[in-house]
Amino acid sequence: MVDIETLKSKYAGEIKAAADLVALDVVRVAALGKKGEVSLQMRTLAQMSPDEKKVMGPALNGLKNELTALIEMRKLTLEEEALNAALASETLDMSLPVSTKTGTLHPVMQVMEEMAVIFADQGFSVAEGPDIEDDFHNFTALNFPPGHPARDMHDTFFLKPDANGEKMVLRTHTSPVQIRTMMNQKPPIRIIVPGRTYRCDSDHTHTPMFHQVEGLVIDKTTHMGHLKGCLMDFVSAFFETDVETRFRPHHFPFTEPSAEMDVRYERVGNEIRIGQGDNWMEILGCGMVHPNVLINCGLDPDEYQGFAFGMGVDRLAMLKYGMPDLRDMFAGDGRWLEHYGFSPLLQANSATGLS
Amino acid sequence: MKFTLSWLKEHLKTDATIDEVVEAMTLAGLEVEEVENPAEKLSAFSIAKVISAEKHPDADRLKVCQVETHDGTLQIVCGAPNARAGMTVAFAPLGAFIPGLDFSLDKKPRKIRGVESSGMMCSSKELEMGDDHDGIMDLDDKFEMGMPLADALGLNDPVIDFEVTPNRPDWLGVDNIARDLAATGLGKWITPKIKPVKGSFPCTVTIKTDAPDACPVFVGRVIRGVKNGPSPEWLQARLKAIGLRPISTLVDITNLQTYDRARPLHVYDISKLSGTLRARMGKGETFQALDDKEYTCDDTMCVIADDARVLGLGGIMGGTYSGVTEDTTDVLIECAYFDPLTTRKTAKKLGINSDAKYRFERGVDTGFVVGGIEMATQLVLDLCGGEASKVTLAGAVPENPAPIEFDPALNKRLTGFDLSDKKMNSILENLGFGVKIGTPTWTVTVPSHRRDCTMGADLVEEIARINGLHNMVAESLPVPSGRREPLATDLQNKIRKARRALAHQGLSETVTWSFVSREHAKMFDGGYETLVLDNPISSELDCMRPSALIHLLLAGQRSADKGYSGAALFEAGPTYQNPKPDGQTPTIAGIRRMETHRDWQGETAPDAFTAKTDVIATLAAMGAKVDNLQTTTTSGGYWHPSRSGRLQMGPKNILADFGELHPGVLKKLGIEIRVCAFEIWPDGLPPSKKKATKSKGALNISGLMPVHRDFAFIVAENQPADKLLRAVKGADKTLISDVTLFDVYTGKGIEDGHKSLALDVTLSPKTDTLTDKDIEAVSTKIIAQAKKAGAFLRR
Repeated sequence: MVDIETLKSKYAGEIKAAADLVALDVVRVAALGKKGEVSLQMRTLAQMSPDEKKVMGPALNGLKNELTALIEMRKLTLEEEALNAALASETLDMSLPVSTKTGTLHPVMQVMEEMAVIFADQGFSVAEGPDIEDDFHNFTALNFPPGHPARDMHDTFFLKPDANGEKMVLRTHTSPVQIRTMMNQKPPIRIIVPGRTYRCDSDHTHTPMFHQVEGLVIDKTTHMGHLKGCLMDFVSAFFETDVETRFRPHHFPFTEPSAEMDVRYERVGNEIRIGQGDNWMEILGCGMVHPNVLINCGLDPDEYQGFAFGMGVDRLAMLKYGMPDLRDMFAGDGRWLEHYGFSPLLQANSATGLS
Repeated sequence: MKFTLSWLKEHLKTDATIDEVVEAMTLAGLEVEEVENPAEKLSAFSIAKVISAEKHPDADRLKVCQVETHDGTLQIVCGAPNARAGMTVAFAPLGAFIPGLDFSLDKKPRKIRGVESSGMMCSSKELEMGDDHDGIMDLDDKFEMGMPLADALGLNDPVIDFEVTPNRPDWLGVDNIARDLAATGLGKWITPKIKPVKGSFPCTVTIKTDAPDACPVFVGRVIRGVKNGPSPEWLQARLKAIGLRPISTLVDITNLQTYDRARPLHVYDISKLSGTLRARMGKGETFQALDDKEYTCDDTMCVIADDARVLGLGGIMGGTYSGVTEDTTDVLIECAYFDPLTTRKTAKKLGINSDAKYRFERGVDTGFVVGGIEMATQLVLDLCGGEASKVTLAGAVPENPAPIEFDPALNKRLTGFDLSDKKMNSILENLGFGVKIGTPTWTVTVPSHRRDCTMGADLVEEIARINGLHNMVAESLPVPSGRREPLATDLQNKIRKARRALAHQGLSETVTWSFVSREHAKMFDGGYETLVLDNPISSELDCMRPSALIHLLLAGQRSADKGYSGAALFEAGPTYQNPKPDGQTPTIAGIRRMETHRDWQGETAPDAFTAKTDVIATLAAMGAKVDNLQTTTTSGGYWHPSRSGRLQMGPKNILADFGELHPGVLKKLGIEIRVCAFEIWPDGLPPSKKKATKSKGALNISGLMPVHRDFAFIVAENQPADKLLRAVKGADKTLISDVTLFDVYTGKGIEDGHKSLALDVTLSPKTDTLTDKDIEAVSTKIIAQAKKAGAFLRR
């Protein structure tokens, strides 16, 4: 008769001592394999008396189950140790640098998007028009009579004359899109027109190409008080702070009455702070659309009225974001773009903010 | 337009300070650009008296003076030959900044040839008050010692410079500025009425106008026996204060009226005239103008001529020949009206400018032609003596502007601001308008100097301006109620997404000039004559760009020249094909300089396929079905002929070109390195379809396993892989869900001129698990389709 306890302690000791999976398997075969010691003992059951069987049967089965469980546990431990040992050798220097460089979006485009958001809240949509214009849309229809000194205020770029001697112009303002819109669309009209504009001028505050945003509202009731409210709402929203404004009379051929709007500012060191201080800075021109302009577009000024405004995008971008020199805007210097540009993840909107 | 505060007060009775005047001007639409008080520059200087002036012991040309100053009696060494005892002088104390010399005196007394000197006595040039540097200023003895120099010389008088908008030529005269400011309530308009001077004899010069369009009216008057010399101090001072040079009394009077009343005049020396003086169009004659230049007058230009010669350009500039001199005794004063457009065209053609031209081209007051000559006559008689003839008038004074039928309700309609009829009426009358109140409209007569007012809106502007826009009530724009459609267009949204996609790809957005040099434009298949600027800012920027790549390339090279390599830039902006409104195309262009980026994971450099990745990412962001695009060849001569491609939906829907740029073209731009690039045309994409519902529909997921099968095909080496991929994809559209090209091989085992393309085909069963028979059937179809595309299964 074999002693169960002896077998148990012998194999439990060997299982515990198995140093790796191979050694463990040798122990498993020696105990539970076909010719293993436990298996051989189980074969002897057949020759035993029923009374002996009654005792040894469960005892041997219990021993087999117990050893199987011990082997399984030892196997898990050994596997875990083997994995740990393998992982310990798979070292990486996690301080090595990786690159996540994305590009940036241009501040002028960002500012135009900001303006679109603010004016969209007031019901404006975005319209566009061509950069190369004819004299009619850029001047005559806007109530600049041919030969009038008001045209001198726009240093106009001309293209070479065509076969008829007519010269096309590079639009000096975005206002021709007012004309194109009014001639093609029935009021009510609420549009803003961002775009490239051109004047034959180049120094540290002027570039031959710049950007404007034009606004136009035409319906039967909009008056100059609305113009004032619309633009006051705009500047505070744009500068993301309360900005005090001042309206002054001015003259533009295509509006009557005409005005300019100033904002309060102060200079702190090299920085300009909008919304505080004792100085006024002009930021835009505006007015009620001139009856002649309405007539030129086929609208009856006794029925329709409205306002228009125009502002320099590049300059507003500089005032808000602190770029010191206008000319850098269009130079494409990578360092400038990285510093003054905006993340492509930023989407100006009224729910999460403009910038 | 410049004027002084004291000049304004000749016309406006007011106690307002300079700051209040500036504020009132600004709020009435007279935009002040600068205020300068010459007294500030002279604040250090004061009146002093020379007690004694002895010869310097050590220098023949220097004098040692004892000078009584507000700092006590000081010893000053002076080099001026006119320094003498008893003289009243301009004294500069130690440390004072001398504007004309652009330096400051030492703060401590200085020894000049051994004699101590404490301060300086100044010449007019040293104080920037004249050109005289022969001696120190010899001032009137009536000035008391210690008096500030600016006060003594009447220079404590701020000069205001403001912008005159083109609609208000009347603001080019101080009188009209005063009238507007009085209307705002700043003071009382006190300009005395002009009293006609009775002529004692008929005008001895015959005057005619033969150019009724260019010069509708020409008024003249002779004054005999004048004495023309330097004008009186007050007149000189007034002109000098605004930067005009006094010349002689007669000329100074015309300049005074130019600035006081926006009424230019001309004075002729009668001894130089022969026969009739007439305004007529030029006949090609040449004359020498007062700017000492010769001008030839053609038949579009209005001249003043006598029987012998052209004397001047009407309304622009007189000639040297008939100008007045100190010897002049008999003069003819010309006061005429010249047509703005003729004046402007003439001056533009000849490149000539003058104060007279500036006023006539904007329009002078037609109601002040006779008044102007009466005012001038009185001034000449007062300052030069003489005897005046009767006034003679040729032509006819242009009619007064038409009255306006004004509905006072228009003010509220356009401004939203309620003003009483009484208030509106008084504003208009204070500005010189005549108001006849009626119902419902008023008849408003327009003064002759306000031809800018032709309709009701103009009067609303006047009322709003004088009442003050700052007083107008602001109202937020009412927002339309109900649901609103998105306000951006489909194309705007696509471009917005494209820009963000490219920034994510690592390119930075730039904005560059719409114009390029024509030479560069030609290299990029542009440079057409119709797009060349007539007046470019420089030859570098003289032609509208055919491609946005040019400036990106130049910018990248500039960065490289400064030591910053690897520029990766893009721009979304217009390019130009012709000058018509539809000749402008929105484009998104980008470049990557193919410079190697060194990295511990291995060196990388962008290549033609980086550009393709950029393009595909962008097109996908814009909503294009990028799997279905055709790849073909580029047409632009600036692309690398065998490393560039075009993506299109069909021959008419070209979406993008990409690849390497032609190294020869780059070289001409000064770029030695290779550059990959792309141009995307967003309007080649069809408009996004608006669906009836926003629902995305049910997701149909099959529970069956997909099966992968690999194929290797041999094709001709020059055949695009795309052709095979399309063929295989199309072999069974329900079963084949994906085809991946995982290897391209040429070399051993492959016939020359051929390549092997290895594909992983994914089969996704929808209804039943695939049997070997099903798979076999699909494989047969795939091989058959590949064969049609010129590909053979690799054995």
